[in-house]
Amino acid sequence: MEAFVDINGVTLKYRGASGDVLALQDTTLKVRRGEFAAVVGPSGCGKSTLMRLVTGLHKPTAGTVTIEGREVKGPVKIAGMAFQNSNLLPWRKVIDNVLLPLEIVQPHRSQFRAKKAEFRARAEKLLETVGLKGFGDRYPWELSGGMQQRVSLCRSLIHEPALLMLDEPFAALDAFTREELWCVLRDLWQKLRFTVILVTHDLREAAFLADNIYVMSARPGHIVQVKPVDFPRPRDLQVTYDKGFADIVHELRAKIAQVRIG
Amino acid sequence: MNSSTTEKLAPWLFTIAIFVIWEAACHIFQVNASILQPPSAAFAAMARHWKTFAYHSYVTLWVTMVGFALAVGFGILLGLIVGWSRTIYRGLYPVMVGFNTIPKVAIVPLLILWFGIGEVPAIITAFLISFFPIVVNVATGLATTEPELEDVMRALGAGKLDIMLKVGIPRALPYLFGSLKVAITLAFVGTIVSETVGANAGLGYLISNEGANFRMANVYAALLLLAFEGVLMYALFAWVEQYFTRWAFRSQMSAAG
Repeated sequence: MEAFVDINGVTLKYRGASGDVLALQDTTLKVRRGEFAAVVGPSGCGKSTLMRLVTGLHKPTAGTVTIEGREVKGPVKIAGMAFQNSNLLPWRKVIDNVLLPLEIVQPHRSQFRAKKAEFRARAEKLLETVGLKGFGDRYPWELSGGMQQRVSLCRSLIHEPALLMLDEPFAALDAFTREELWCVLRDLWQKLRFTVILVTHDLREAAFLADNIYVMSARPGHIVQVKPVDFPRPRDLQVTYDKGFADIVHELRAKIAQVRIG
Repeated sequence: MNSSTTEKLAPWLFTIAIFVIWEAACHIFQVNASILQPPSAAFAAMARHWKTFAYHSYVTLWVTMVGFALAVGFGILLGLIVGWSRTIYRGLYPVMVGFNTIPKVAIVPLLILWFGIGEVPAIITAFLISFFPIVVNVATGLATTEPELEDVMRALGAGKLDIMLKVGIPRALPYLFGSLKVAITLAFVGTIVSETVGANAGLGYLISNEGANFRMANVYAALLLLAFEGVLMYALFAWVEQYFTRWAFRSQMSAAG
């Protein structure tokens, strides 16, 4: 089976303030099409660097990153991204924030004026799926943190990317809102079936959402374990209270504790 | 009277209070008129020679506005260039700081030598003194774009120009409008400095000329008019700032609250 995202023996060095930093060493990671992959690891292990590699914002020092059989050499243009900070543009209404990628990505870009009404309808529909029906005309600062993060998710999905890259998107939210958004993401993924790489340090989040959990070591980062999660889908939040779920979380925690030292 | 009307009236009340105290102090302490004139004398002088004052106020105003307009145009352009590339930023910054450090009054004689007595040196001085804060603010606004936002844009295939147009420039607007308030007051300083040294019209000329002839009431009248023009223009650009970048004020408010 050919992998959709294929990170093969990637090493990444960059120049830091105090000499060269070896962020990743011989990292290999294969994600198949439609997979929900979660990457967990101790802080500073190069998880975010991994995201920048896959989207083509960083070039590997050694090794290759391949998406759909083609080597990544520049920004990939098929990826949506969302971060811990929603990064919405405060001068744009919610709907115009969601539409931003369509103003940039081809072929939508050249059709943007002609198809504006259609695109707006699409954005409104997407907002509705994340529970923000009727919020399009608000400004981001009128929304709560959780709502802003929902908008950010919509923005990362509006151009129907084949790949969604999430860098701790729910880390800044309170526990209840976070679980709510897990379900939002779960439903979106179940409906649209894009490939997800979710970087997180919340082990419950990873176990609830992912098909496979990739555990990274401390810097220089590399994958030390792949943990498949085979709870049936669609998963309910209830699953997080199962014995099997707790076992997975404990196992991951033990593994990370171990790699933090070594 | 509720507290919001008090707040609205406060600027007027304070201004009037200052004039009243000033006037009273002159009479109570019987200050020598050649040292400090009461405001009533200044206003009387204004009324007596209103045509002269109107003319010189007008000259100072348009000279300042032309210099300021040049500073805005040139400042935005240079700010964009400096904010565009780190290399240009690093290269130009020390030069600009050095240039900004030179007191503009030191350049005025040169300008007068080159362009003669008149409005041109004043316009250039106003321009030179006020463009720096605009450049710095525009460049800062551009340079502080969140790196993650830039990642989002670049991962979509956005070029540098896209990022500049969609993110950088809108983001720099509050900085720009904020700097205009500072720049306009500086532009007045530039105009007056130049008019004082060498001009045949304008409030700066009037101040130095009337001062030399010991017509102190006229000097105070000119100073008051100058302050009035400054406040007026400041208020105008404060309003412009509020109007065009409401989102910046609002988002700060919500971030604070």
